[in-house]
Amino acid sequence: MATQNLRRVFVWQLPIRFYHWVNALCIVALCVTGYIIARPPAFQQGTEASFAYWFGINRFLHFAFSYIFLFNFLFRLYWGFVGNRYANWKNFIPTNRKFFHEMWEVIKIDILLQKDKEHLAVGHNALAGFIYFFVFLAFAVQCLTGFGLYAAMSDWWLPNLFAWVPGLFGGDFDLRQIHHATMWFFIVFSIIHVYLVFYHDYVEGRGETSSIIGGWKFIEEDVFIKELEEEKKEEEEFKRKVIEGQKA
Amino acid sequence: MTPSSNRPTYYEELRQKGYSRRDFMKFCTTIAAYMGLQASGAAQVAEALKSNSRVPVIWMHFQECTCCSESFIRSSHPIVADVILDKISLDYTETLMAASGHQAEAAMHKTMEEFPGEYVLCVEGSVPVYEDGVYCCIGGRSAADILQETAAGAKAIIAWGSCACNGCVQAAKPNPTGATPIHKLVKGKPIIKVPGCPPIGEVMAGVLVHLVTFGRVPELDRIGRPKAFYSKRVHDTCYRRPFYDAGLFVESFDDENAQKGYCLYKVGCRGPMTYNACGVTKWNNGTSFPIQSGHGCIGCSEENFWDNGPFYRRITNFPGFGIESNADKIGGVVAGVTAAGIAAHAIGTNLRKKKLIDDLIAEGKESDKELS
Repeated sequence: MATQNLRRVFVWQLPIRFYHWVNALCIVALCVTGYIIARPPAFQQGTEASFAYWFGINRFLHFAFSYIFLFNFLFRLYWGFVGNRYANWKNFIPTNRKFFHEMWEVIKIDILLQKDKEHLAVGHNALAGFIYFFVFLAFAVQCLTGFGLYAAMSDWWLPNLFAWVPGLFGGDFDLRQIHHATMWFFIVFSIIHVYLVFYHDYVEGRGETSSIIGGWKFIEEDVFIKELEEEKKEEEEFKRKVIEGQKA
Repeated sequence: MTPSSNRPTYYEELRQKGYSRRDFMKFCTTIAAYMGLQASGAAQVAEALKSNSRVPVIWMHFQECTCCSESFIRSSHPIVADVILDKISLDYTETLMAASGHQAEAAMHKTMEEFPGEYVLCVEGSVPVYEDGVYCCIGGRSAADILQETAAGAKAIIAWGSCACNGCVQAAKPNPTGATPIHKLVKGKPIIKVPGCPPIGEVMAGVLVHLVTFGRVPELDRIGRPKAFYSKRVHDTCYRRPFYDAGLFVESFDDENAQKGYCLYKVGCRGPMTYNACGVTKWNNGTSFPIQSGHGCIGCSEENFWDNGPFYRRITNFPGFGIESNADKIGGVVAGVTAAGIAAHAIGTNLRKKKLIDDLIAEGKESDKELS
């Protein structure tokens, strides 16, 4: 069979890759330390309390990583407006019919495993983008509830910006519940996320996994040219509308 | 508060009751310390109680168990009870006043007419709002009606206890009577929330004395509780806190760790999410508080504490999944189902997309051949 020419596309910019791995590290660290805070293991120690501080250190790590997580998250939101087209916020919020159409395609091909078809997206596919939208929401929920709980322990103005959050729920009770339950969203998401990366790499052979390390993805030339043409058409359509608008 | 009539001052009332000046000064010092004032604060308190005529107080009892009143009359200094709860200071309180029936109602209306905008309305208990409030009626009128009437002319409202602040036990699911906290029914009046089931007597006295001494509502937090008493979690002032930071926990109430007095976090202590002064002020004249006697805090001053059970477990039940369900169990099941789904998907991929994958492999091998 014929080999295909692949075009190299620079998809994930360095700040995005950096964000991704810092985020991954933070989520793993926060899940582990957070779970320990919720359910501390029974270390039977003979030591006096004054010589031990492991639970305090664990909490410290949780809070330290949460700051990194927050700033990293804020940076990603910023990059959604200044980054390249694959990082743009429009990848995550369905704004047109094409977005929904592509989501349905992804569901058919990737989840219902429609036979011998492959869906080739250069950046995030529409379904992934839409799911990331909810992931960002979960990030926001964790930041709000987490720093809301933390505010009472801190004198710094930054966490105290979140001091209004417990008031919404009448206290810390429900806040903890939400914060803890949302952790499971991250765990389940991570499992699916990693699997789907492997899946795409496996059935497409386009370097899905390594793209988040080097930033490169590869795409078949004919698909690439089709994309390019569509892109041009859209641009012309947009220009035409603008000119029409100016005339009117 | 300016003396608006020829009523005697607090000090005069006390002298009439047989308290010496020394007793009076002791009380002022004690209460100033509880209020968290600096040393000179005692003089401020003394000055205020000497020059201000007593503030008229109407104390309503709605859906409650009177544990707030009980706690109050047992606060550490007897003057607290004498000054504020005794009949000299309370113009209306069903539980403790001598009058009853029409006479009691008359006393209440007299206070409302004589001191509009001056009296303090203390509310103990929540107000039922279902079925036009028939679940709590006094003198043939619903609590909701009485609350609106008395609140209209009040200078400030003090919501005593968790019932008045967040509904407490009677507002627990399914809240059959529609028990509603005061702040949801009265608008446009300063409301001081003093939650707890009951609140600490000294805290209650401190709030009242603050009103009298400074003539204004104490500084409140976002939820409306006086910061002086509710800005710290029980956890922050707990003497067992070092065990928490050291990760030394009681695993069950009958283990060795419990004997050693380790942290009660893992047996459900709500100290880390409960804002109250129990750790410093303690109870029964500063004798002890729940954690000191080996039982975790149940979070009685927090909203919905009754629904956030069980008390003896760290992770509370997850709503909507029945009893004995917590976020971790549900999360574990979801993660397991996900893993199973992934396994099925992986197998499905290899079956359904076999041609696609084979093509890829063939293509790779082709290229490999060309290289060699």
